[in-house]
Amino acid sequence: MQKSKLGLDFEKVGYAKNIAKKIAGDVQSFVENYTTVAVERTLCRLLGIDGIDGNAVPLPNVLVDSLKEKGVLGQGVIFYIGNAIVETGLNPQQIAEQVAEGKLDLTTLTIHPKEKIDAAIMPIVNASLNRIKSRRARRENYLKTIGEGSKPYLYVIVATGNIYEDVVQAQAAARQGADIIAVIRTTGQSLLDYVPYGATTEGFGGTYATQENFRIMRKALDEVGEEIGRYIRLCNYCSGLCMPEIAVMGAFEGLDVMLNDALYGILFRDINMQRTMVDQYFSRIINGYAGVIINTGEDNYLTTADAFDEAHTVLASDLINEQLAFIAGIPAEQMGLGHAFEMDPELENGFLYELAQAQMTREIFPDAPLKYMPPTKFMTGNVFRGHIQDALFNQIAIWTGQGLQLLGMMTEAIHTPFMSDRYLAIENAKYIFKNMKSIGDEVEYKENGIIRNRAKEVLNNAVELLEVLQNDGLFNALEQGKFAAVKRPKTGGKGLAGVVERGVNYSNPFVDLMKQRK
Amino acid sequence: MEARDFDTTLDLKKIKPYGDTMNDGKTQVSFTLPIPCGNEAIEAAKQLMKKMGFENPQVVFYKELTAGFTFFNCYGSCVHTVDFTTIHVPKVEATTWDMHQTDEYVKENIGRKLVVVGASTGTDAHTVGIDAIMNMKGYAGHYGLERYEGFEAYNLGSQVPNDEFIAKAIELKADALLVSQTVTQKDVHIQNLVELVEMLEAEGLRSKVILCCGGPRINHELAKELGYDAGFGMNSYADDVASFIAQEFVRRNKK
Repeated sequence: MQKSKLGLDFEKVGYAKNIAKKIAGDVQSFVENYTTVAVERTLCRLLGIDGIDGNAVPLPNVLVDSLKEKGVLGQGVIFYIGNAIVETGLNPQQIAEQVAEGKLDLTTLTIHPKEKIDAAIMPIVNASLNRIKSRRARRENYLKTIGEGSKPYLYVIVATGNIYEDVVQAQAAARQGADIIAVIRTTGQSLLDYVPYGATTEGFGGTYATQENFRIMRKALDEVGEEIGRYIRLCNYCSGLCMPEIAVMGAFEGLDVMLNDALYGILFRDINMQRTMVDQYFSRIINGYAGVIINTGEDNYLTTADAFDEAHTVLASDLINEQLAFIAGIPAEQMGLGHAFEMDPELENGFLYELAQAQMTREIFPDAPLKYMPPTKFMTGNVFRGHIQDALFNQIAIWTGQGLQLLGMMTEAIHTPFMSDRYLAIENAKYIFKNMKSIGDEVEYKENGIIRNRAKEVLNNAVELLEVLQNDGLFNALEQGKFAAVKRPKTGGKGLAGVVERGVNYSNPFVDLMKQRK
Repeated sequence: MEARDFDTTLDLKKIKPYGDTMNDGKTQVSFTLPIPCGNEAIEAAKQLMKKMGFENPQVVFYKELTAGFTFFNCYGSCVHTVDFTTIHVPKVEATTWDMHQTDEYVKENIGRKLVVVGASTGTDAHTVGIDAIMNMKGYAGHYGLERYEGFEAYNLGSQVPNDEFIAKAIELKADALLVSQTVTQKDVHIQNLVELVEMLEAEGLRSKVILCCGGPRINHELAKELGYDAGFGMNSYADDVASFIAQEFVRRNKK
């Protein structure tokens, strides 16, 4: 039995995990009957289709849209492309190009037997898996040879809008001690139903996530990593309407961390919940296979809901996100479950409550590299107090053994970070992590004290919420606004038109092969 | 100790920064220069401080952030002054009341709930501003409009396109519209705010609604310039917005 510093009741934790498992299982039984335009585009990419047509529309979109217009997308691209290979002898890229040029209609070809289609498609599937595996091996080799920083990993963002300027900022941050560089996406990308193509130099509040931009940044981080003798992880955002497509691009280009929440898009981007649930499943399978640490976005709940009153919704969501991730084959070691330091600084004993919750989350998910988010909601422009808020946040992280420490910037709420802001944030964290390194081993929490009682209270409330969710189902709970106080209708939001029921010929060989780590 | 060869009496026609003595002009500045660390860098920082208008510039801390970029913390005495007596800043013309007072005022002077529709519009994904003003809970102890009896508040959330925002305003018969803009890179907020005004004018709705915008980089002057009735910047709360809407509504309907 795991020993708790908080006197947590692990039987209750086990009970909570069991309920979360049932909730996730219900969602999964829906997911398995559907596919989406994003999933099918992802399969196109996995089969090697890339590039754009004369109107700058990505070829995966061209091909998938051509099937969708004819109302046959439910049979899946694997079936149609596999069949077209048998019929024409072309490779998937050539097939997509011919579709784009209007020379080929996949739906009017002679249908070949399943065995022939499988025989045509499987070598391509295996080659694709090997491509991802060799990327994963490359990371593992770096970790073995040049090594990595110690946890909590220092995680900073770059957000200039220009990938080449991002490179300058990212390499500077790595030299200053950052372990993870996240390239913030341009505002609005989550609502694009395609992934832009090529290197980009214009963005608002961030930089487009494109495969070429991934490649440019990966190369820059490898260079600086070799220079400083520490592997630098690259993070991007598997969220929005292209969750699985971003996942596969990241898998091909060696990304290490992906924001990949099951519920975030529904709550904060008003993306349809059916669409998101289907997309998140395949995106997580890919991330799991590629060895990518996923980050969940519970911290965002606390930007709309109160961090003290709604702490249990964060825990309940972490528990559900964990189970959904298990279903997608992600091991605990790749689950950067999210939580945040977002209580009102005016709250008396707020630090103790934050400490209790961080320690509680640590103990409930002992193997997960928890992602801990800094104060944002109560950052006011008073950069001096802001720096102290970030310092308190860093103290809790080292005290409770958080995994991925998204560093707070004293200029939060003012501008995207200056190079100097990032330096001061890293200096702040390094100072505290070193100065307080073993405090977690030294200090125990008083029985029946504020900290233990807070943890107990949050767990109890989370269990109560999970019980309600189990009765109502997750979709209904989202309709009722149980998370982040945001209500979303099941048939509302963006992207529902891209959800289709699977037909008799549908197959996605990657799901099983990736989950079995073939 | 440096000699104080300046007049230490306060003159509102010639104010300058205050460190610990009147008119000492003491100011702290930090910046990064794209040059390698060294004595030349320090000298460059000092010369720049002089050009900024600081006497006796001191570089108290410097650090090369990465090869070719050096960060400085500096102090200096500002030589410039400002005439405080001639300053005029346009302000939102309303008295800020608390929730109770505003609710009473709406009940007595309007006799129905005012419909307020708010959103973070355009590509802006941040809801923190609009939530602070509208959500039941409010922000920093100031209850949001949803809690007011005098308002029917609809928070449409983030990334609401201007046309959808207007369609919703028509559907709900909005008395007031609140637009929140947090992302301001490359002035995307200005373009978006202007577009909304133009679209409202095209629909013939502009004069029929009380139009407010808010966000950390917004102020009343900017808002008026862009064609809004009021702008709410940092340190504004639901109280400010609610008081303004109620008072402005009564003012307009008296005319």
